[in-house]
Amino acid sequence: MGIRERLSGNEATAYAMKQINPDVVAAFPITPSTEVPQYFSTYVANGEVDTEFVAVESEHSAMSACIGAAAAGARAMTATSANGLALMWELLYIASGSRLPIVMACINRALSAPINIHNDHSDSMGARDAGWIQLYSENCQEAYDNMLMAHRIGEHPDVMLPVMVCQDGFITSHAIENIELVETEKVRAFVGEYKPQYYLLNKQNPVSMGPLDHFTHYFEHKRQQAEAMKNAKRVILEVAEEFYKLTGRRYGLFEEYKTEDADVCIVVLNSTAGTAKYVADKMRQEGKKVAVIKPRVFRPFPVDEIAQALSKFKAIAVMDKADSFNAAGGPLFTEVTSAMYAKGVFGPKVINYIYGLGGRDVRADDIEFIFNKLINIAETGKVDSVYNYIGVRE
Amino acid sequence: MKRGKELFASDITWKEITPGGVIPDAGNAEHFHTGDWRSMKPIWLKEKCKQCLLCYPVCPDTSILIDKDGKRVDFDYNHCKGCGICVKVCPFKAIDFVEEV
Repeated sequence: MGIRERLSGNEATAYAMKQINPDVVAAFPITPSTEVPQYFSTYVANGEVDTEFVAVESEHSAMSACIGAAAAGARAMTATSANGLALMWELLYIASGSRLPIVMACINRALSAPINIHNDHSDSMGARDAGWIQLYSENCQEAYDNMLMAHRIGEHPDVMLPVMVCQDGFITSHAIENIELVETEKVRAFVGEYKPQYYLLNKQNPVSMGPLDHFTHYFEHKRQQAEAMKNAKRVILEVAEEFYKLTGRRYGLFEEYKTEDADVCIVVLNSTAGTAKYVADKMRQEGKKVAVIKPRVFRPFPVDEIAQALSKFKAIAVMDKADSFNAAGGPLFTEVTSAMYAKGVFGPKVINYIYGLGGRDVRADDIEFIFNKLINIAETGKVDSVYNYIGVRE
Repeated sequence: MKRGKELFASDITWKEITPGGVIPDAGNAEHFHTGDWRSMKPIWLKEKCKQCLLCYPVCPDTSILIDKDGKRVDFDYNHCKGCGICVKVCPFKAIDFVEEV
């Protein structure tokens, strides 16, 4: 079962797109996501897909074209990073508000200024209120698998929301890993056909899309959108269960690594979670009971489950590869602590480490430092500073 | 799912409204009563009207309608915005122009 291959994150993403064979791909290049539409356009040129490839003049146009295509009834995909995502900003809201299940690969890269082509999460975090489902991927396998599940999640009639699958730029996108692919016929059977209820190219039931709403109706549309995002959590788990039956690979809302008997925990997204797990193993050998939680689903934010999973720890550090510049803490920290407080989990002490901005290397030593800090907090009950930067030259 | 003028109802709930504001009907502009915006109102003086139909093509809101015999009928006050072009155009002073109350 499965095909063993060695691919980079970008190659795996483009390969997944080939297997999915969407109707339209409209994309504009930006480092480090360029290879996704680049490899995909080779498949188009070779006649290996039926996709209409639209080489647009900007990322704003890329998302516009995807919206037009999706509204017409086509399955539309794109890929971008950093300022490319930022250029699409108004259209992200239009895609979600219009309830169009576009799927996008977001190859995480730092937002300018200053200009930086390396990985951090400021791009997708900056879009966290745009109404898109956000899935985060630790490695090439997860990036590939999340891409295969994305349409089943977004196109579900109880959801009908766009999905962005995030992976770390360069670290994951350009790193070749051994991965297991699913056979194309199985992918096509799993992903299925896009069958929208409303679409413009429907002669039997012609519709108009993109209306004006006064204050008399906008709020009801947004309430509906909120319900769709609430439903997404259930659908994500259902799709993951089907995916497990297909591949044997299990996905949930977040991964819990050695959490059963731990007193302290680091919460961290994407590739750094891999390093954190390595450090956790090393420290466990020294008898230190440390754990890692790696969120996969950031939107919708799994408030109940995260609060429940974190309630048992004495000290938690949320590592953020983006800063909200709110003088208080990064986006993941804000979401996690808000979830805990809302659910009445007041026990654990929670601190924040902003790390790796602009692709600054995050080392095993840094993570070990954080774990030791947490162990100290667990013993003493004292927190000296909540909002911290690690890895910056002081 | 609601359709037609039910979609414009000001008491439509979030469960009934169409997703993303999709409008599932064609030609539904008719349901929106732009006539509510009027501040001046044309009055058809039927006895003076010679049925020359000069008023009919100049109405920007298609609010002067023609019956099956090709004769104009009274204004569609649901959509007449009171621009007064028909008043100006009528050579027989068969259209009065008064304040909307």
